[in-house]
Amino acid sequence: MFAYLAKRVIQAIAVMFVISLIAFAIQGNLGDPLRELVGQSVSEEVRQQLRDELGLNDSFVTQYLRFAGNALQGDLGTSYFFKEPALDVILKKLPATLELVFGATLIIIGFSVPLGVYTAIKPDSILSRVIMGLSIVGISIPVFLTAILMIFVFSVEYGWFPSYGRGDTVHVWGYWETNFATADGWMHIILPSVALASIMLPLFVRLIRAEMMEVLQSEYVKYAKAKGINPWRIYFVHALKNTLLPVITVGGVQIGTMVAYTILTETVFQWPGMGFMFLEAVNRVDTPLIVAYLIVVGFIFVVTNTIVDLIYGLVNPTVNIARMGA
Amino acid sequence: MSLLSVRDLTVKFAMRDQTVTALNGISFDLAKGERLGIVGESGAGKSITGFSLMNLLSRPGFIDSGQILFDGEDVVQMNDKRLRNLRGNRMAMIFQDPMVTLNPVLTIGQQMIETLMAHRKLSREEARQIAIVKLREVYIPSPEERLEQYPHELSGGMRQRIIIAIALLLDPQLIIADEPTTALDVTIQADIMELMLELCQSNQVGLILITHDLGVVSQMTERTLVMYAGRIIEAGRTREIINDPQHPYTQGLINALPQQTVPGQRLKQIPGNMPGLASIPQGCAFNPRCKYATDLCRSRVPEIVQYGEVAVACHEVQRLHSDEDRQEARA
Repeated sequence: MFAYLAKRVIQAIAVMFVISLIAFAIQGNLGDPLRELVGQSVSEEVRQQLRDELGLNDSFVTQYLRFAGNALQGDLGTSYFFKEPALDVILKKLPATLELVFGATLIIIGFSVPLGVYTAIKPDSILSRVIMGLSIVGISIPVFLTAILMIFVFSVEYGWFPSYGRGDTVHVWGYWETNFATADGWMHIILPSVALASIMLPLFVRLIRAEMMEVLQSEYVKYAKAKGINPWRIYFVHALKNTLLPVITVGGVQIGTMVAYTILTETVFQWPGMGFMFLEAVNRVDTPLIVAYLIVVGFIFVVTNTIVDLIYGLVNPTVNIARMGA
Repeated sequence: MSLLSVRDLTVKFAMRDQTVTALNGISFDLAKGERLGIVGESGAGKSITGFSLMNLLSRPGFIDSGQILFDGEDVVQMNDKRLRNLRGNRMAMIFQDPMVTLNPVLTIGQQMIETLMAHRKLSREEARQIAIVKLREVYIPSPEERLEQYPHELSGGMRQRIIIAIALLLDPQLIIADEPTTALDVTIQADIMELMLELCQSNQVGLILITHDLGVVSQMTERTLVMYAGRIIEAGRTREIINDPQHPYTQGLINALPQQTVPGQRLKQIPGNMPGLASIPQGCAFNPRCKYATDLCRSRVPEIVQYGEVAVACHEVQRLHSDEDRQEARA
């Protein structure tokens, strides 16, 4: 167990190193930081002096090491716009994004399993055909379009759901404010969650269906039938567990990807999360904030994937975590 | 009364552009506790026969007509609930490849206990105790520990023993074993066969052994069916069929055994291949490979006719017999 964990952590560190390198390299190519820091009236001489002071004339390696050293201590630079540490700005926005991703994940898990299983068991039924048809539509329409359509239908036409913002949130701990404590909060998070889930959900329905149909053809399912086992037990104990193994792996990657998709969803719904913040930061050429965002998202990606791998090891008996990596 | 009585069983496969016949009017009987072998090359319809007996054919295969009377009740007409009660309980099946038969994510214990609990009102602990007893019967060492293990932790031979134990869990009247040792090591094959024979004899369980190994059939079974292209072409007591095969195909199968050949000589194989289901030749399906084939063989399917202890479907055998009859009449 320890050896496996250690191996995973080392891999995670390696990935983070590459991400930080890329993020840092971007920093140097996103315009001149001095233009953001000082006004038009400052002379070229003073600029050069400032460059020296800020270390902008040092070699790439020296600059990167300084950047990495600061980053390790939690200092990802100061946002030009907010005049605050970039990490603080992001951490304040992080809970909103994570709650949105969590909401979408709940929708995906809650719907993809029953729909995927149903369409696999009854592939020829009319309902299955409708589900499969809709899933193609869902995959094909971009998230921002789905989001705008949903606002038009459910907020503007029917007025069932609010169209923007987080609504009433309740403070939980630190920066964390939650949507899940009030009815108003729930109403606000539903549309954005559905919009965010609109691409991943059909993808998962199709994935689960394909895996499940394959598993249902397997010898062990045939054998379970030959033992006279109840079909529901065959579907949900014998088949589903084998179906979900590959789905878990894909799922981990997709949850990470969803954090990136929040940029679109949050922008359409004016959701005060870090995706929305990132787009604003890009507009303002707020380089430290952009870099910090990339690193934080990369970090979330790495962490979720590591956790998913561990879960996979726990679910799949043929992977023995205790002995792996030894 | 026989335990199993199959009458004119016809199984078809609905392919995209045509329906092919996989089993063509199969009939046979099995007495209580009797051991029957079904032999033939791949594609003869042996496994399909086995799966049909449990009504377990999966699409596109289906039972087109015929009866499968098991203990007086027609399996073909049973509803899902009756079928579930039959499968694993009164009739058990042993699959070909133990490496893929057991579910990889469930423990041996879970897979044994669920089978017991599907058919009997038992507590989990009672079921566990029965499972342990049955594992002992198939000579599995430390059965308590095995129950907690997953299939991948056990060898192929061990897994097939467990599958045999599962087949015996509910004391069935009939076990259908579909090539139970083809996927196993040669050294383990003999052990498994011996174990099956011992258990069938001591528990008075009927056995249908599907195999292409005539050696195994002669050791294990009392009666044998030889199948070719979806039909039974020879049936009778195993000893008779092995020692004095009538049908040219059965003769070919026995001549092809390595024991029938002097070392260093080529094996006497039957020329040609089994026809595909969609291209079964007119007349006797074996005629293109048969050295005795006549015009009659190429035009008419031979009926299966009983001659003393064996039944044979061959025009040539019929002709020989009628010649003998005529000679006897003359004498």
